[in-house]
Amino acid sequence: MADTTPTDEKFRGKVWRFDDDISTDVLSPGAFALDPVEVRMLHVLESVNPAFAAEVESGDVVVAGRNFGCGSSRETAPENLKALGVACVVAESFARIFMRNAVAVGLPVVVCSGVHGVFDDGDTAEVDLASGLVHNPGTGTQLRGDPLPEEMREILHAGGILALLRNSPPGPD
Amino acid sequence: MGMSMAERILARAANEERVEAGQFVVADIDLALLHDIFAAGVFDTLNDVGIEGVFDPDKAVVVIDHFVPAPSAEAAAVHERIRAHVARLGITSFYDAGDGICHQLLPERGHIRPGTLVVGTDSHTTTYGALGAGGAGIGTSDMVYALATGKLWFRVPETMRFELTGELMDQVSWKDVILHLAGRLGADAAQYMAMEFGGPGAARADMSSRLTVSNMAVEMGAKFGLFAADEVTDKYLRDQGGEGCDPFGPEIDANYAAVHDVQLSDLSPQVALPHEIDNVSPVEEVAGLKVNQCFLGSCTNGRIEDLHAAAEVLDGRKIAPGIRFLVSPASRRVLQEATRSGVLTSLIEAGATILAPGCGPCFGGHGGLLGPGERCIGTHNRNFIGRMGSSQAEIYLASPATVAASALTGHIADPREVRPDHG
Repeated sequence: MADTTPTDEKFRGKVWRFDDDISTDVLSPGAFALDPVEVRMLHVLESVNPAFAAEVESGDVVVAGRNFGCGSSRETAPENLKALGVACVVAESFARIFMRNAVAVGLPVVVCSGVHGVFDDGDTAEVDLASGLVHNPGTGTQLRGDPLPEEMREILHAGGILALLRNSPPGPD
Repeated sequence: MGMSMAERILARAANEERVEAGQFVVADIDLALLHDIFAAGVFDTLNDVGIEGVFDPDKAVVVIDHFVPAPSAEAAAVHERIRAHVARLGITSFYDAGDGICHQLLPERGHIRPGTLVVGTDSHTTTYGALGAGGAGIGTSDMVYALATGKLWFRVPETMRFELTGELMDQVSWKDVILHLAGRLGADAAQYMAMEFGGPGAARADMSSRLTVSNMAVEMGAKFGLFAADEVTDKYLRDQGGEGCDPFGPEIDANYAAVHDVQLSDLSPQVALPHEIDNVSPVEEVAGLKVNQCFLGSCTNGRIEDLHAAAEVLDGRKIAPGIRFLVSPASRRVLQEATRSGVLTSLIEAGATILAPGCGPCFGGHGGLLGPGERCIGTHNRNFIGRMGSSQAEIYLASPATVAASALTGHIADPREVRPDHG
């Protein structure tokens, strides 16, 4: 089956910056849990930055503080960001399930200590998934994040865990 | 070096002699839990991917608990789709609307066994660690993969060990312990790790308390929140009508990334303030703040012990005028037991509104949401901005006793300070 998910590991995009503990409740509010992605994506982060969902453009980069995606297991959190065109999320740290879900849906993430302090809203960010390098060309600052483990990058390369399942479905015992 | 509980659980599931923290394994799933927010979508996707059945229909449990009773035609339709999928796939364990909250039902109905690996499309799947099971939340795509193959990848987590000693003071509960730990260490202190609760204090904790603590392990970022299976676990499993269990714990000399000592007798009732779980203060520092709604329920604190703790504080008195006191027993069994014991009557007479067993207000879905500027204190597990309705509302988290004391007075109150005068 044709898989159109880009496997390019380098991104360059406009930064939207958020603080610590951005929860799945703001990434995917519970009240819209049963709505389709077209509705859900309109409410992404609205309680912390009402302009985000309307103004974010394809290829933009989300930069955040610690514990990004904390809270529920709802995969709609990374899915909503992906649907809005976010190219990748770079954060000081991620909540475990969010990170797992991001990989599962094919949204690239990079853990990068200090990243929250070196970007402002509207800056440009350059991110290299393979090396973990995160660069702010406007200020010349470069940080080295932790590249994802090979096991997780393989799932991203495949375009997510469902693509993996389609490529190698379980056989009979 | 011995294995931690998390390492033992994942070694068994991966059919390995031993595994170590940091290692990636492909593990066999012992049980997969789905609830009504995600079940229909997961089963639809399974279909789309071309998988006709689940790996083992006896190893999946489906629970309708979030949109209960259905607050909209859309939710009712989703429930219908779930029922059809469950019948089509031959899934044997299905709990319909009104049976209760998944994390109450699975332990209560004997689905959880010590040492097993359980995944659920819900972050509070960590709850099962109370019985010594490795319970971890996953997303829907991972669940599709797990249902199709019976397997899933895991990174073996490091373990943060808690040595609990001493005894809790009057009106201090294990909810206060876990809130204290979140406040002391931070909401991401156990990120990607397992938490293991041990020591004589943990051994004395009853199952209801352990379920509360393991439930909230995820609020500190944990993959698992584990108690060793012991006599308390054995008795609990038998009391629910199932088979007892052998002890299951860490090996001697297990490797821990960190060990924290907690003296239980030092703790007072705790409150998590908006909008982060680790924004925690002793109750005396926030006492007096007016509230609009008090919520007693959820998978964290909706058990019979929690209802009794609240009723004991109320002690036959009425709640303050203008306060909405919402009580949601965590399952039909809890509701039945509360009816038999009379605690339900005493809560209703105090002024409580009884809600159906379910997740509605806790996750901000329906039934007890907050308007702008309103303030709620509840026994649930999250106080994130916008979680319970308006993003201009405030959520405070506390124990059943503290929530009852707050309902009684109309403001956040210390349960030790509202004792009735029986003189």
